[in-house]
Amino acid sequence: MYAFDLERPTTLADAQAALKSDEAQPLSGGQTLIPTLKQRLAMPEKLVSLTAIAELQGITKEGDTLTIGGATCHADVAADGSYPALSALAGQIGDPHVRNRGTIGGSLANNDPSACYPSAALASGAAIVTDRREIASDDFFTGMFETALDEGEIVTSVRFPIPERAAYVKFDQPASRFALVGVFVAKTADGVRVAVTGASEGGVFRWAEAEAALSSDFSPAAIEGLTVPSDDMIGDIHGTKDYRAHLVGVITKRAVAAAG
Amino acid sequence: MPADGGIGAPTKRREDVRFLKGTGRYTDDLNRPGQAYVFFLRSNVAHGRLKSVDTSAAAAMPGVVRVFTGADFEGVGGIPCGWQITDKHGEVMQEPAHPVLAQGKVRHVGDPIAAVVADSLEAARDAAEAIEADIEELPAVVDMKAALQDGSPKVHDDLTSNLCYDWGFVEENKAAVDEAFANAAHVTTLELVNNRLIANPMEPRVAIGDFDQAGGNSTLYTTSQNPHVIRLLMGAFVLGIPEHKLRVVAPDVGGGFGSKIFHYAEEAFCTFAAKALNRPVKWTASRSEAFMSDAHGRDHVTTIELALDGDNNFTALRTETHANMGAYLSTFAPSVPTWLHGTLMAGNYKTPLIYVNVKAVFTNTVPVDAYRGAGRPEASYQLERVVDKAARELGVDPIALRRQNFVTEFPYATPVAVEYDTGDYVATMDKLEEMIDISGFEARLAESKKRGKLRGLGVNCYIEACGIAPSNLVGQLGARAGLYESATVRVNATGGIVVMTGSHSHGQGHETSFPQVVAEMIGIDASMVEIEHGDTANAPMGMGTYGSRSIAVGGSAMVRATEKIIAKAKKIAAHLLEASEADIELKDGQFSVAGTDKSVAWGDVTLAAYVPHNYPLEEVEPGLEETAFYDPNNFTFPSGAYACEVEVDPETGKVTIESFAAADDFGNVINPMIVDGQVHGGIAQGIGQALLEACVYDEDGQLLTGSYMDYAMPRADDLPFYAVDHSCQTPCTHNPLGVKGCGEAGAIGSPPAVVNAVVDALQRAGKTNVTHIDMPLSPSRVWAAMNQ
Repeated sequence: MYAFDLERPTTLADAQAALKSDEAQPLSGGQTLIPTLKQRLAMPEKLVSLTAIAELQGITKEGDTLTIGGATCHADVAADGSYPALSALAGQIGDPHVRNRGTIGGSLANNDPSACYPSAALASGAAIVTDRREIASDDFFTGMFETALDEGEIVTSVRFPIPERAAYVKFDQPASRFALVGVFVAKTADGVRVAVTGASEGGVFRWAEAEAALSSDFSPAAIEGLTVPSDDMIGDIHGTKDYRAHLVGVITKRAVAAAG
Repeated sequence: MPADGGIGAPTKRREDVRFLKGTGRYTDDLNRPGQAYVFFLRSNVAHGRLKSVDTSAAAAMPGVVRVFTGADFEGVGGIPCGWQITDKHGEVMQEPAHPVLAQGKVRHVGDPIAAVVADSLEAARDAAEAIEADIEELPAVVDMKAALQDGSPKVHDDLTSNLCYDWGFVEENKAAVDEAFANAAHVTTLELVNNRLIANPMEPRVAIGDFDQAGGNSTLYTTSQNPHVIRLLMGAFVLGIPEHKLRVVAPDVGGGFGSKIFHYAEEAFCTFAAKALNRPVKWTASRSEAFMSDAHGRDHVTTIELALDGDNNFTALRTETHANMGAYLSTFAPSVPTWLHGTLMAGNYKTPLIYVNVKAVFTNTVPVDAYRGAGRPEASYQLERVVDKAARELGVDPIALRRQNFVTEFPYATPVAVEYDTGDYVATMDKLEEMIDISGFEARLAESKKRGKLRGLGVNCYIEACGIAPSNLVGQLGARAGLYESATVRVNATGGIVVMTGSHSHGQGHETSFPQVVAEMIGIDASMVEIEHGDTANAPMGMGTYGSRSIAVGGSAMVRATEKIIAKAKKIAAHLLEASEADIELKDGQFSVAGTDKSVAWGDVTLAAYVPHNYPLEEVEPGLEETAFYDPNNFTFPSGAYACEVEVDPETGKVTIESFAAADDFGNVINPMIVDGQVHGGIAQGIGQALLEACVYDEDGQLLTGSYMDYAMPRADDLPFYAVDHSCQTPCTHNPLGVKGCGEAGAIGSPPAVVNAVVDALQRAGKTNVTHIDMPLSPSRVWAAMNQ
């Protein structure tokens, strides 16, 4: 790790001010950034911690909307339970250490192609609220490790409409236990949304054909025979492109079954 | 039996109190006054010519003490190899130089180019980034068969090729073996890979060099399984320090699994630099460094053929193996695919003719050496896979085929140079069948099917050679050292005992099990006996811990030394009791005169030895301390039968272990709880190899599995509860305790059981074209095999 300055503001305004410098970088739970720093793969002059800012913390439910502060850790979401599929997802991320440090805002902003949270945000049609604007999840994830966030923009909260039925099923990569393929299915009055993580070189994506099929028949059988093209899938030592494309169908079926 | 546990008692491990409370004392816990820290700049290319290494900018960085390169080690010895193989043409193996820091070329990712010593680790790392290493990248060779082709890049320019040796065993039998194959009623052939593994002990390697200028003495603190061996190899072959001027200390060591047997460049560097700088120098490996600098294990590619007659008797066995040595020869590397592998190819079977060919190959990868089982898992895996395949081809029950071919009479001289002293393979198979409820399998299969899952049962046997090893035998086989073990038993005046042993404990529980033996022999509490190991300043020259040898060889040395103690104590007791020495009996810590009520306690005798006021000084020396060296006259041969039941998810290919049973014959058992633990740990590592672990390089020699993000270790929820039994006991006939060794059995017996079970599951589901899947049986590989 190279030396850096650390600021730990307690208000959003102070965080924004601290991030104005070109060499400053936000730090949330640090579950990706800290290992990167330890490997000396990044050299920020200043890190601005977001976890001491009260307004970025906590979970509130109003009607059918669940709002989660950007710096809320996975363990808190797992324990909340008002959006059961989301809590179940959070409870499967990493290990207890990771879940008590890692945050939802950090995970979404990083947009790791194998992370769990992006699939929940995208399938739920969540809104990602920042210190500057509100971004629909359909517009937020722009590619592997890429989002619509501008430099220094802070995810202050994530607003989830709670669906009628939902489930997340993750098939583990054997070593890291990130998602080799993870599928989040959410059924609302407006239809069904299916978001797939882990599989694609473009990061999290919606599976339109499955959504169409499930909107008319919300059952595992509706997925039979549907396939995603393997060209865009990730191929690595843990699974070929074909294997991942195959798993997308299998895991989607299981997610639909789990959503009941 | 002593009140707190003698031989056979499941005594709780006394050392666990400090390990579990975080009060263990590991090498990284040690800090020497004024110590500096070293950071190694390692090659990030697999193969390249070192055109220049400019350290001037680095040397000028704040806090830097000195920067070393390969040039500083001109005239210093290289890292030696402890074993020399003679190939099938009578030629000795090709043995390349292995400099402490790279000279001329880098040969694998992780090869150290330079070492920065600084006041802090951060300063050393900062300075390492300022080193300008001009490396002309060369084509790398990773695949063993490619490495043997004409025109392949050469790992070592001064060798004739990348072939280390081409070993035939037993070469004189080859023609007879070939003839048996020509006459066979059936031949089963299998090609398989024994996957490359990384040992991953919990504690990474650490070395601290220290130099006492006043006395001119060097000390190395290191994470080693055998400090005396490191002292000998490093002192004699690398640095030229005589052993009386060099002390090696290996304190608590957090696991080794073989990877901490070997002498590593970092140890020599720290010892060398401490003397050069007159300042202690400390190195602690990061986990990333461990992945690219600890010796790897396995990495064999084999074709095995089994010949059978018309009655399904095994008539001959023939194998051809390519064994990866990596870029340099690690300490024991040449012996693993040869003498620890070829000699075990008979397995549990009376196959009369066997021929083993091994081609050891240099590649641009980390050196490969012994890893839990070392050669024996590779032998057992091939054999038990090919027997299973033969049973399927012949349509016979795999257990029945094994039973039919078992060795049943002992001693048994195999056609591959070893003699099994004792064993009972029928008994362990009977025990296994009793444990696993084979008759209930069909019902379990039906239940799995209801849930959409496939189910399979795999059974296999294993034999291994432990108690390594008779020195006169290994000397003939190319070992450059003896393999005896030592013990000094020091009795104190008030009766307490310290045993100093050359066996090193790095998780095996010696501090508990060794005292059980001494306490039993004398009839005192085990709490009166303490074990010291790991410091060459205390323990007599010993060869250390590997090859499941501690209790069989080190324990035997301790028994011999304790016998000497008892013999001397009886002389002293005879004097105190005014009786004849021949009439003295020792029971429960009391020396008594046979047929009388006259007795004297252990403590009275030990006190007399050190306070010899009333003492037969003309006949017996004062004091009570004895040393013994024990060199066995044969290996020991633990054996067993293992079974694994799996479920396979046909949609994803994911394998789940539903049950696992192990029936082992370890001969006599000192502490059954510790034996259970050793077997559990071994099975976990074997299941890890079978389902999860794989060290993978890309074709350019980049390590794709350089962290736990990609190298899959087994975790608790990957593993079942094990059924473990070691009630079948045929005691070893040639060591005083009748023990055989249990440390590696689990890792040897379990991989074939898992793979046999998965293939069985797929076969039962109608996938009759799937006769083999290479380890690890990851979901993607199983799915691909099912859909090929």
